[in-house]
Amino acid sequence: MTVRVLDKLKERFGSAILETHSNFGDDTALVAPASWKEICTFLRKDPQMDFDLIIDLCGVDYPHRAETNERIEIVLHLCSLPKRARLRLKTRVGDEELNGAEVDSVTHIWPGANWFERETFDMMGVKFRGHPDLRRILMYPEFEGHPLLKDYPAARTQPLVQYRNEEEAGLPLEKIAPFREDEGMSFGRNVWNSADENN
Amino acid sequence: MSNQPTRTIALEANEQGFATTRLDALLGWARKYSLFQYPFVTACCGMEFMSVASPRFDLARFGAEAPRFSPRQADLLWVVGTISQRQAPVLRRIYEQMMDPKWVMAFGTCASCGGFYDNYTTVPGIDKIIPCDIYIPGCPPRPEAALDGLLLLQDKIARGDRTPGIVKPREDPMTHLRQHPRGLPLLGGIPNSIPPSGGPSAGSKSDKEHT
Repeated sequence: MTVRVLDKLKERFGSAILETHSNFGDDTALVAPASWKEICTFLRKDPQMDFDLIIDLCGVDYPHRAETNERIEIVLHLCSLPKRARLRLKTRVGDEELNGAEVDSVTHIWPGANWFERETFDMMGVKFRGHPDLRRILMYPEFEGHPLLKDYPAARTQPLVQYRNEEEAGLPLEKIAPFREDEGMSFGRNVWNSADENN
Repeated sequence: MSNQPTRTIALEANEQGFATTRLDALLGWARKYSLFQYPFVTACCGMEFMSVASPRFDLARFGAEAPRFSPRQADLLWVVGTISQRQAPVLRRIYEQMMDPKWVMAFGTCASCGGFYDNYTTVPGIDKIIPCDIYIPGCPPRPEAALDGLLLLQDKIARGDRTPGIVKPREDPMTHLRQHPRGLPLLGGIPNSIPPSGGPSAGSKSDKEHT
């Protein structure tokens, strides 16, 4: 069953299927972004495929692939309950500055993709064409940038509330909360108000 | 308020049927035993908070029984769990809605300093946005640590002391037992002091006691 899905895809879409592999029962197909929606529609509608369940949709950032406009990899996991099959579909979009990081939305094929696409947009900056409501879902609207990109500084915070300073608090803030090893978990707290230094 | 410690003996009635105290000491004594709490529970520490508040550990013993789900009626804010940047304005608003005098407890490492959420999402300690009186370290803290924190806060209220305090961890009694040279019957080990044969052993002694 499993290999036949990939064969079927290759047979039907030809050069739009860039790469396939099937290791340990994990079927994966890397497809051209232009055919994304067409392939997804086929996988959903074709009676032999019948992938009726969307498991996950997410993005992965590969900065070293930016030169070939393949920076962001969009990964879609599908499951077919009637056929008892699973499939992983990937496509790669976007350059260094995320130009062209766009792909067709599959929300109209699987309504469950709605929030996954919003999350991928929020975290990675991928735009989904035809999405009914493409807003940030986890971060707040004031947030700048996309936090899961590799070039987002790890220590950069964007507080909604102005942090208190030591004059306002009337005491040295950093001396209070660091715990010693034996006083619970000890963690560095060099992050707070270091956002300006790291930008 | 004076920073002098208040002695509770001044509040006990003497033989003449009256007691003398200072007004601020009396107020502090009244406040420390009538804390109305607002639990701002956001994460897994909430499970420990439920344990603290429920009958097994029983926060009510210490005069902090009634939770108020309106900040306007509360004077002790428990911040239990991780505070994300997105929640920070909400927490600030809740704090501002509370009436003076008000106190804040940071329950757990996340509320105290952000914990291991050292990234773009999390406020690195609620003291960055609101004043905080007591820090209870732990991930999550044991209920005993939360009770220690409450007692520490009551002590500070009685003294009119607003400097923040950290709950010191108690020694784990099991650590001592595990390192005991003669082994640990509780964990299934056989004590080395038992004679090889004959004579009363620790095991048979306890058997006799049970029968």
